[in-house]
Amino acid sequence: MAWNLDSSRPLYAQIAELVRLDIISGLYQPGTKLPSVRELAAQAKVNPNTMQKALAELERSGLVHSMRTSGRFITEDTDMIQRLKEELAESHIREFLEKMSSMGMTPADTLALIEKILKEER
Amino acid sequence: MMDTSTNTILECKDLTKRYGARTALDGISLSLKSGRIIGLLGPNGSGKSTLIKLINDLLSPTAGTLYINGHAPGLETKKIISYLPERSYLDENLKVSSYLSFFADFYEDFDTGRALDMLQRLNIDPALRIKTLSKGTQEKVQLILVMSRRARLYCLDEPIAGVDPAARDYILSTIINNYDENATILISTHLISDVENILDEVVFIHDGHIRLHAQVDDIRCDQGRSIDELFREVFKC
Repeated sequence: MAWNLDSSRPLYAQIAELVRLDIISGLYQPGTKLPSVRELAAQAKVNPNTMQKALAELERSGLVHSMRTSGRFITEDTDMIQRLKEELAESHIREFLEKMSSMGMTPADTLALIEKILKEER
Repeated sequence: MMDTSTNTILECKDLTKRYGARTALDGISLSLKSGRIIGLLGPNGSGKSTLIKLINDLLSPTAGTLYINGHAPGLETKKIISYLPERSYLDENLKVSSYLSFFADFYEDFDTGRALDMLQRLNIDPALRIKTLSKGTQEKVQLILVMSRRARLYCLDEPIAGVDPAARDYILSTIINNYDENATILISTHLISDVENILDEVVFIHDGHIRLHAQVDDIRCDQGRSIDELFREVFKC
């Protein structure tokens, strides 16, 4: 996986977002073990302290928990993951609707267009 | 990773270095903690290399104090500092393996197995003479020697200058992969955009003065821009 990081924003926050997305999308399954800090740091080409900080953030949110000696695991709380997925999807949709509205598209226009596109794709 | 933020690995107070009438470092005070990767950033001639040479006991201060892990630069500090100089000191006529034995002889903390493993991954035969290696490969060999020590402080003076982007990636990942959470790595460079993602902290140095010492993610958070952009503004000509 490519980690596209923007050097003008705090890296740990971006990394936490990317890992959260991998959990939501199911790349990291509930209850499974995350790769080690060192492995993830090497993948993302950041230093282990930064990766540590990102994972600490995910731990605070409850999405990840650490077992003293055996590493970090993804939560088994699938309701929580589902809730986060919906929240994320909702915020993307709101952002999208704002863009449509700034183009002068009413919600009804937008919905009609979405339906048309979906039909074409089918 | 343990919080080692209370351990100071390097402390200098009013450190000054003059070369005749020219002042290279003008009374700087700086305290660096263990367990950090720190960028020492400044334009050419700002005093970066002078500071690194003072830390490595290659120069003596004109005034002020400098302590590494509580000791003034000397025998004790050389045991715990692993130094990559700006220019290669490898004798072209020697073999890579000779350097492995020199390092193992000189430094108690040298891990020969680790060095051999890194050489093997690059397909560098230790029996080869230095002169048969390309410039980029020579730089890698030198970095492997330096990073194979289990030091407390690594001083890397311009580790990525003069090598191609692929070699740069190799050097940066070697630094990350060998980084031990209790050690501090001080990297001097002016190629900021290449290294900024691996840094915890930066020290901006200019005209022998420290302009800024901050956490990189704090800078990004407060300023909304990269270290590279900030550097370009602070040091605008």
